[in-house]
Amino acid sequence: MKIHEHQAKELFRETGIPTTIGKVAFSVDEARKAAQELFDKGNSVVVVKAQIHAGGRGKAGGVKLARSVDEAAKLAGEILGKVLVTPQTGPQGQEVRRLWIESGSKIEKEFYLSMLVDRKTQALSVLAAAEGGMDIEELAHSHPEKILSFSISLVSGPKTFHGRNLSHFLGLGEAHVAECALFLQKIYEFFWKTDASMVEINPLALVSEGATKKLLALDAKVTFDDNGVFRHPKLKELFDPTEVDAKELEAAKYDLNFIALDGSIGCMVNGAGLAMATMDIVKTYGGEPANFLDVGGGATAEKVREAFKIILKDPKVKAIFVNIFGGIMKCDVIAEGIISASKEIQLHVPLVVRLEGTNVDLGRKMLETSGLKIHTAVTMAEGAEKVVKAMKGN
Amino acid sequence: MSVLVGKESIVITQGITGKAGLFHSQQCRDYGTKLVGGVTPGKGGQKVDNFHVWDSCAEAVAAVGANVSMVFVPPAAAADSILEAFESGIPLVVAITEGIPVLDMMRVKKYLDLKNYELSREGKSQLRLIGPNCPGIITPGAAKIGIMPGYIHRPGSVGIVSRSGTLTYEAVHQVTQMGMGQSTCIGIGGDPIQGMNFIDALELFNNDPGTESVIMIGEIGGSAEEEAAAWIQKNMKKPVAGFIAGVTAPPGRRMGHAGAIISGGGGTASSKIEALIAAGATVAKTPADMGTALKQALR
Repeated sequence: MKIHEHQAKELFRETGIPTTIGKVAFSVDEARKAAQELFDKGNSVVVVKAQIHAGGRGKAGGVKLARSVDEAAKLAGEILGKVLVTPQTGPQGQEVRRLWIESGSKIEKEFYLSMLVDRKTQALSVLAAAEGGMDIEELAHSHPEKILSFSISLVSGPKTFHGRNLSHFLGLGEAHVAECALFLQKIYEFFWKTDASMVEINPLALVSEGATKKLLALDAKVTFDDNGVFRHPKLKELFDPTEVDAKELEAAKYDLNFIALDGSIGCMVNGAGLAMATMDIVKTYGGEPANFLDVGGGATAEKVREAFKIILKDPKVKAIFVNIFGGIMKCDVIAEGIISASKEIQLHVPLVVRLEGTNVDLGRKMLETSGLKIHTAVTMAEGAEKVVKAMKGN
Repeated sequence: MSVLVGKESIVITQGITGKAGLFHSQQCRDYGTKLVGGVTPGKGGQKVDNFHVWDSCAEAVAAVGANVSMVFVPPAAAADSILEAFESGIPLVVAITEGIPVLDMMRVKKYLDLKNYELSREGKSQLRLIGPNCPGIITPGAAKIGIMPGYIHRPGSVGIVSRSGTLTYEAVHQVTQMGMGQSTCIGIGGDPIQGMNFIDALELFNNDPGTESVIMIGEIGGSAEEEAAAWIQKNMKKPVAGFIAGVTAPPGRRMGHAGAIISGGGGTASSKIEALIAAGATVAKTPADMGTALKQALR
């Protein structure tokens, strides 16, 4: 589960991770008030930041500086309601519904810092770079030597020497060792307190406040482990449904794994691996999947019906491919779900069904006698070929 | 021959009185697995459908000498249950539970690493965890410990290891349809932190006289397949066929399995396929070709 920058920064503050001061604003009025407060406190610059979950906001025009309350209000008016298109939002973009108005900082230098669940080391790992604001994944590809990466032992947790290594790598020498260690320790603490799966600070900045220089999290991106959210009812409330595709929300209600894609062939499959493989084979035969949908191992007829309805309601879908290998999931349950969904919502596109596994004969018979127009297939290759042909209208 | 489980396995189910735990325990017993009972704290002494119920793993070990535990305990308590099984002297735990918090599993993994280091210094055999979030393990005709449909399997010489459940069934089905059979099938699960990995399974198959070839089924995310490919190139004495799911998956989206996500340049299907081919494996172009890829590899 992702949250907004302003929510992450509030959690940072509670944990003791140094970050900027600001307020969330859902309207121009609120933005004006928030800016006024910051100017009253003696800030000479405030930052108006679009709050969407996707990264790349700055380049898309979602982050602007203001030197007066009026300018902040004007910028807020421009950014609120705007659809930001960044490499992470996809071409349809994401509408800005809230802003974060924060104090401007006098930035000396920007860095990159993140901590994440590392599959390779099966531990928490830190990534850092002496350049901030850039795309870390691109940097990892082009200049891996510019990235510091290390795992933290569960036995020790982050120690001062980790902080020293980080500080020296960032070119901050001995002066900021304690601060670097504090960042690592507090982020680590945050992970265990919240079941986070990723914390990314890009940029982490060295800012000057009068004569002193200190490290500050200028941005905050946090992802929580979906499997751990149940233990944190308060964090669950931070979920913003407007950041998620409506079909995906509907699917989540029924505990279905659904991801909307751009193609025209609706897919309904059991099991995540088989669902991915089904998308792949559809593509091999010249089609494009409209979605990833895993109904799970032990789905009921009701769940299958709801899943099928979500696909039927998608106007992009020109043909549907149901690919089921029944193990625990019985083929007759799948058939029952398809038939009852098609009674509620007219089946208006070609449907190809490939059933295999437990109770396959019963399932096939139910579909045959249902009166629905269904193309059947024995193997998934045959099914994929048929559904692509059907989509193209022949 | 087979790996890890067989006729000698004495199995208990942790969470046996739950709906899924009981159903699958019955299915395993019907298949012929020596599944004698299970653990549900607070319900010790009861019987469900002729299964003994104990309060703890230690009691089950003392009573029947259980040497495998199948875990169906709900996510919040699953990591605790896995550790309990190991601490009770059960050397193999098969964790079916889906949705265990990743950081819980990170602790379990660290426990296993440290424990296995101690055991290896003492010259003792290792503790093994399969899963979580996996279909389990089956040695056809001998022991089914998991949720896979037993009847599609057939005893034979193909070892199968996979991150995905239903995709494994697809491979098993194709192998069986070709008139061949499986030595053992291991579902290692789709979570980012897991017990056994591909290399652990490949090593077992490599040393198993009953396994003559291997199908390895991977998917996008992480670098486990690339690491496995490097291991195959160096060590594998037997033909390997592979398949990687997720060629068409968009970057940054989690494809059902928490592990199945492409981030940055890493974890793509194409890098995994290239690594496997470079290691000498035959890679199926589509999931419908896993059986034929194996045939090619055997040539």
